[in-house]
Amino acid sequence: MPEMRMRDALREALREEMLRDETVFLMGEDIGAYGGSYAVTKGLLEEFGEERVKDTPIAESGIVGVGIGAAMAGLRPMVELMTINFSFLALDQIVNSAAKLYHMSNGQINVPMVVRMASGGGSQLAATHSHSLEGLYAHFPGLKVVCPSSPADAKGLLKRAFRDDNTVIFIEHTANYGLKGDVPDDPDFLIEFGQANVLREGSDVTLVGYSGSVHQATRAAVMLQEQEGISAEVIDLRTLRPLDIDTVIRSVQKTNRAVIVEDDWKFGGFAGELSAQIMERAFDWLDAPVARVCGKDVPMPYNRNLEFAALPSEEDVVEAVLAMF
Amino acid sequence: MTSTRTRRTRSQKTIEEYLLSEQQLEDMYYYMLLSRRLNERMLALNRQGRAPFVIAGAGQEAAQVGAAMALQKGTDYLAPYYRDLGMNLVLGMTAREAMLNLLAKRDDPNSFGRQMPSHWGNSARRIVTQSSVVTTQLVHAAGIGLAAKMRKDPIVVLTCCGEGSTSRGDFHEALNFAAIHKLPVIFYVQNNGYAITSRTDKEMPLENVADRARGYGIQSAMVDGMDCIAVYQTVKPAIDQARRGGGPYLIEAKCYRLWPHSSDDDDTRYRPKAELEEWTKKDPVTTFRDRVVSEGVFPAEDLQEIEKRVEEEVREAAQWALMQPDPAPEDALGFVYKEL
Ligand SMILES: Cc1ncc(C[n+]2csc(CCOP(=O)(O)OP(=O)(O)O)c2C)c(N)n1
Ligand SMILES: [Mg+2]
Repeated sequence: MPEMRMRDALREALREEMLRDETVFLMGEDIGAYGGSYAVTKGLLEEFGEERVKDTPIAESGIVGVGIGAAMAGLRPMVELMTINFSFLALDQIVNSAAKLYHMSNGQINVPMVVRMASGGGSQLAATHSHSLEGLYAHFPGLKVVCPSSPADAKGLLKRAFRDDNTVIFIEHTANYGLKGDVPDDPDFLIEFGQANVLREGSDVTLVGYSGSVHQATRAAVMLQEQEGISAEVIDLRTLRPLDIDTVIRSVQKTNRAVIVEDDWKFGGFAGELSAQIMERAFDWLDAPVARVCGKDVPMPYNRNLEFAALPSEEDVVEAVLAMF
Repeated sequence: MTSTRTRRTRSQKTIEEYLLSEQQLEDMYYYMLLSRRLNERMLALNRQGRAPFVIAGAGQEAAQVGAAMALQKGTDYLAPYYRDLGMNLVLGMTAREAMLNLLAKRDDPNSFGRQMPSHWGNSARRIVTQSSVVTTQLVHAAGIGLAAKMRKDPIVVLTCCGEGSTSRGDFHEALNFAAIHKLPVIFYVQNNGYAITSRTDKEMPLENVADRARGYGIQSAMVDGMDCIAVYQTVKPAIDQARRGGGPYLIEAKCYRLWPHSSDDDDTRYRPKAELEEWTKKDPVTTFRDRVVSEGVFPAEDLQEIEKRVEEEVREAAQWALMQPDPAPEDALGFVYKEL
């Protein structure tokens, strides 16, 4: 298995799907000659031409809307948005059209579109480029929400997204683009949606994360083992919709404690949903209330000191775990 | 800016033809040069690893300084975009403040280091804070114009964006709203040829953004944005007319982005070298200098004094700002809600 960075794994997925299915095409700002803000589409214009790799004007709502139209007409568009914050400009198209047309047409029209976007803090891009709002999209029935944490998952999940008949919101953490890992080169390598990944087995506490926060959880698990002798199980959700709650419940029934780690704001966030589901299904197994380690209630600041203060850290995770014993 | 040195001969006749005062012409050169030299120093700090991000106005100084000089300082509003350092300087930002902003220092008067650099905001100077999401400030400008009209306040709002940003819905919604209500808003588009990597011809089928004004029933003008004097002469009457209730105006300044999009960009991947060389000959700062010297407006010695002063100001500002404190982590959570 070749080793590659997540951005290269994503590109491989796009390439393979474009070769497999000629209805797949890409649209986005600066994705052509430049190869995209995070170099994911680099080289694809040269390989596939302008027909299938389209640079667009700065018009997020417009390009998502055009993507919906093309999907309704039988193509499989992938729209790249520079950041999740800019996806808000297209929120109406995503929420009121892409997510609902299938239902509203009584099953006559579906929207098989992939919308990719970057999210996450830690890169000093401040309040209108850095938020983690995967949970927001997970709120809407009709959308599938995918948030990979590793190069292999990125490839397998993105390839799977092109084989879905619904709109898939595919969210990539900026801190993960440079991550390296082994990635299968089998063109049929797919990762099914709704299958969480147990990254590390443990017996004393379950740490649940996705995308960027999985890495904080894993680092915290190592610290807990080495410094406190606490054995933490780490679960990467991989997709928020569909959600593999069964894997989480099984783990909590074993460890009796759960900490959810998320970059997003705590108030009204996905961690709250997960916590409620754990409570509903595993209340009797819990030795302590489910804990949430999340971003602070503030727009993401630019200055490094301020940004550190706003983001959850592995120390915060360790602290939350220790408070349960 | 006041000068104390002895006067040398200047051609009054030419100055009158420019419809500008001697002081204004001197200011034009000073602010354009200050903007350029600050940007150069900022990029150097970035390369030294001392400033994570720089986004600059190089090539757009004439477009910015000429337009901002047509505003009434402290009265009129500016809803700028990230390249508008030159405008901010004209409206009172100091070299030190510009450096504090770049370095996201505690005393940055724009945002305390909360925003990325070049996201300007200073309520005392009537410069409103903006999001990184392009074009959103144009709609805000229409709102400020609406408030001014409702209060019968004879102010004007100047709002800026690049040509690429005119593809967004907010551009069209702002123009339409301002046109319907005849609001005192100048929509000032700095067409610098690129939106990050996309050339203008990939962003719209028209050659001129100004042509879009007809669709909204508002007046428009195009101006050579590399010529500070022409910019002032174009923007000033539009502002005067808007102040008298004449409604909005769309002005397109044709300029050029002489540098990469930002410190994170590599423009050699998409920009032809010959094109850059061609435009470098039209550099707004050096062409202004050549013109005023050759037309006998300023003796070269006068300009050298300005140049020396600017060098010193920029050097001092950078050195000073690097020593200033960062914001403290415990202040990260401030100003989410305004308390009663
Ligand atoms: C809505 C939105 N989409 C994308 C971006 C990313 N972006 C930042 S600057 C820029 C280019 C803007 O081009 P233009 O309006 O011509 O201004 P210029 O930078 O050339 O001065 C883009 C696409 C953004 N900030 N906001
Ligand atoms: Mg531009």
